[in-house]
Amino acid sequence: MKEMTTDTLVIGGGAAGMAAAVECAERGCRTILVEREEYIGGVLNQCIHNGFGLHVFKEELTGPEYAQLFKSQIRQKGVETRSDLFVVKVDAKRREVVTMGKNGCAIYRPQALIMTTGARERPFNSLRIPGTRPAGIYTAGVAQRFVNLHNRLPGERAFVLGSGDIGLIMARRLTLEGMTVLGVAELMPHPGGLARNISQCLHDFNIPLYLSTSVVEVHGRERLEGITLAKFDPVTLQRLPGTDETIACDTLILSVGLLPQNELIESFVETDPVNRGVKVDSFMRTTHPWVFAAGNNVGVYDLVDFVTLDGKIAGQSAAKMVHDGFLPEKRVPLARTENISTLIPSLCCLEGNPFTIYFRSKKTMKKARISIGPGLFETIRMGIKPSEMVDIPFTVKHMEKLKQLGLSKIEVSLKEVL
Amino acid sequence: MERLLKIAVIGAGVVGSLIARQLTRYRCEIHVFEKEEDVGWGVTKANSAVIHGGYDDLPGTVRARFCAKGNKMYAALSEELGFELNRIGSFVLAQKPEDFSYLETLRKQAIENGLTGCAILPAQKVREMEPYVADSILGGFWCPTAGITEPWMVAIGAVENAVKNGAHLHLSEAVTGFITDEGPRGRRIAAVKTDRSEYPIDIVINASGLYADELSELAGASCPPLHPRKGEYLLLDKFDPPLVRSVLFPIPSAISKGILVLPTVDGGLLLGPTATDLPKGEKQETRTTREGLSETLSSARTLVPTLDPQWTVKSFAGLRPESPQKDFVIGKTEIDGFVQAAAMRSPGLTAAPAVAEHIVEEVLIRECGYAFERNDRFTPVNPPYENVSRLSLTEWEKRIEEDPLYGKMACVCNKVTEGDIRDAVRRGATTVDGVKFRTRASFGRCQGGFCLAKIAEILARESGRSLGEIKMRSGKTEILRGMVRE
Amino acid sequence: MENRTLTCISCPLGCDLEAEVVGDTVTVTGNRCDKGVAYAKAEILNPQRVVTSNILVEGGICPLVSVKTSAPIPKGLIGNMIQELKNMKIRAPIRIGQILIRNLLGTGIDVIATREVETCPAGE
Repeated sequence: MKEMTTDTLVIGGGAAGMAAAVECAERGCRTILVEREEYIGGVLNQCIHNGFGLHVFKEELTGPEYAQLFKSQIRQKGVETRSDLFVVKVDAKRREVVTMGKNGCAIYRPQALIMTTGARERPFNSLRIPGTRPAGIYTAGVAQRFVNLHNRLPGERAFVLGSGDIGLIMARRLTLEGMTVLGVAELMPHPGGLARNISQCLHDFNIPLYLSTSVVEVHGRERLEGITLAKFDPVTLQRLPGTDETIACDTLILSVGLLPQNELIESFVETDPVNRGVKVDSFMRTTHPWVFAAGNNVGVYDLVDFVTLDGKIAGQSAAKMVHDGFLPEKRVPLARTENISTLIPSLCCLEGNPFTIYFRSKKTMKKARISIGPGLFETIRMGIKPSEMVDIPFTVKHMEKLKQLGLSKIEVSLKEVL
Repeated sequence: MERLLKIAVIGAGVVGSLIARQLTRYRCEIHVFEKEEDVGWGVTKANSAVIHGGYDDLPGTVRARFCAKGNKMYAALSEELGFELNRIGSFVLAQKPEDFSYLETLRKQAIENGLTGCAILPAQKVREMEPYVADSILGGFWCPTAGITEPWMVAIGAVENAVKNGAHLHLSEAVTGFITDEGPRGRRIAAVKTDRSEYPIDIVINASGLYADELSELAGASCPPLHPRKGEYLLLDKFDPPLVRSVLFPIPSAISKGILVLPTVDGGLLLGPTATDLPKGEKQETRTTREGLSETLSSARTLVPTLDPQWTVKSFAGLRPESPQKDFVIGKTEIDGFVQAAAMRSPGLTAAPAVAEHIVEEVLIRECGYAFERNDRFTPVNPPYENVSRLSLTEWEKRIEEDPLYGKMACVCNKVTEGDIRDAVRRGATTVDGVKFRTRASFGRCQGGFCLAKIAEILARESGRSLGEIKMRSGKTEILRGMVRE
Repeated sequence: MENRTLTCISCPLGCDLEAEVVGDTVTVTGNRCDKGVAYAKAEILNPQRVVTSNILVEGGICPLVSVKTSAPIPKGLIGNMIQELKNMKIRAPIRIGQILIRNLLGTGIDVIATREVETCPAGE
């Protein structure tokens, strides 16, 4: 059993973890990045489509290219990466992380821990969809892995349930590689994925999108043979009788949401009941002073660029804590109002660098007024969609004003302007 | 050369597997026929997995006789065969004052069936032990010897042990008929026909679950008609600390024990089953239904109101055989050499070890008078399926030193290493489900999201097959259907 | 005159564009930046896409290398491009950015690798 101390330890080598690790190393911290898979890069490695990097690199990259840029930085800055390494336990009392890998057990004692463990896909089996349990039903990420990394197609005729971005991307990908994609069904009255993906993944290939529609039964005892779709009321989400339609297909691809993964730390940090992610402040620090977090385990982001930016903040903050021995403690909670689902961060510090408030709307709005306060600032945004995060810069000036006003919480309000 | 008796056991579920293993204590030629690709994939794989206390079977029934005894036998069996058995105890919960008279009946039956330690506990005591039960719970009948297991692991352990002791296992081989001839005691079994071959056989043990009546008819032996009773289940995610610690039963209905709430051995929470009687022919009708799943949840919530469907990991349905007599059918028939181990409805899992012993010792040896010699080389012990992540860190490290694959995590939800999966494949898993049942890989909350590709790769590598040939389970269940580039 | 509604795919914002088409003249509203105007014009007059896919690898640590077109290609050529990729094999090692097809289908646009593929020590 090896034991070692380090300045910072980053758990999870995806977009958030790579960004955080680079920032730490750049600030002179001895940084170790732990990854359970064989290679760092996370899901970017299998996202061979383009559309990444417009915010961070000001150019449009594919997932592997985006990951490669960070992999190079990780090498240059001297981050020590440990892949194929599984974290058995995070012990908050002893401030230890126990890992197991092909070289055995190791105990790391970092001065700051950064959790960038991402999200997992909501699986089919958890949806309680009636019917048989045949082969041929995969989450979009599993199908993507089989196609892009293992050179295998899941079947011949596919239907996609859920209009999340990976589902839309896979609808296009499977079509390009010769499968017939019969359609995409979305229970909600609005798509779950980005508008540009509806356009370039579905419209380009004449793949129909059925809104307010879902799969109500699957058929086939061995391999999937078909699915039954039904329409749902857009407001009550109740199934509408007499709208059932059965479609023959051998593959069902699911893109019905991502769930933040915080199993290692959820016993000692607070999580947000709505995001289901770990609560962080504007330093990307959790409710435990030793632990920082960033990325999809905090809340499910729409763009990897935003994940990277918050990962950088987590890395910068952790490095600052390692150097200074502390971070400002005073913070004010952010409170969501009725139209907001995901909201990051959960707490705003009264000192420190500017940061970005990210949130998702529950509704589509042509024009909306966003008020931060009461009395801090307001802004107008066009084209609000539940699938796209709204990013609101929170400046040092805002922080000053916040201190002057002496608010005990910051309300984030989103109202449609008609 | 002496001629050994040739025995066919039809069905490698819990019942057939344990009978086959019991038979290997004697010198005979044993053939186990299983139509599925793996062991324990019929009734065995989708039931409540409860080792019942044996208090609720009416004294005098065959069920009562074998259930209480089977429960006791599980202690040694789990040690020998290496499957997990947790005696977590069970409650039958009263929600109305008049329910207590039923609890009193159970208490008396428990004594009559030879159980000890059972008691009727007041509400306060129940809540101390099970803090999340409904406010309406007025008390409960406590049975400390009830437990939970993984039924398929009982079957796998028994079959592996039987094979080690000389039995022949024929997987993916369905029995299609019998040849009988005239013997000194009337019509007798002469051979078994399968979809592959024909085997001269002296004794047939019919442990074919839902199909026992059909096979009896093929042999010309009588068997009460069986119909499948469907039970739908919901499996919920793990909680730490656990939400429910023991097996919780409601007051039973006329046809079943009702919908239970119980922990699974790997820490999940199981709700179910419903009880839907299906027509005789529908022996593969394992579809879940909207009504069934909502009944499962609402009934379970009458016992534990905080149960949230958001925590669902999986929903599934299983079938169990039911006869008009609602009792097991065990023993010899009018066809010489054709022996029933049929209609093993609840508590069939619990009774199975006692039934296996009875069939061999009482039916075959005493009643039928077959002369068996003891198998001196019989060894009762089957090594357990190991999960290195459950060892101490030092022990785990030692295993990694022997083989680095024990340091590569494949299933992160249930902590199963590639080494453990590889071992399961070498011990007999040929499919994704085969790996899942043996190792619990992909049984957890991500349901294979992270590990399906890894399991498939290990299966392919170990068996020299391509990824495209890897199946989920029996039949045409290939998980992939083509190449992107060739 | 023709009115068309489009979703701008230039960046993940996905602006809803309204385009008024008169002959070869396209007037755009709803855009949040100049890219929207350029996109709508191109989309209506000559729709183009960056295409991403895979090519089979020989002797690499993985069976496929991910690729993209170095610039958008006409939408009508996507099918032909995939066909072209299906008939190819590339030997590892492959460097990110390496040109794997020069002047794809006479477009003047290349197909380039978007990941590194090391050679497999076992030589599979």
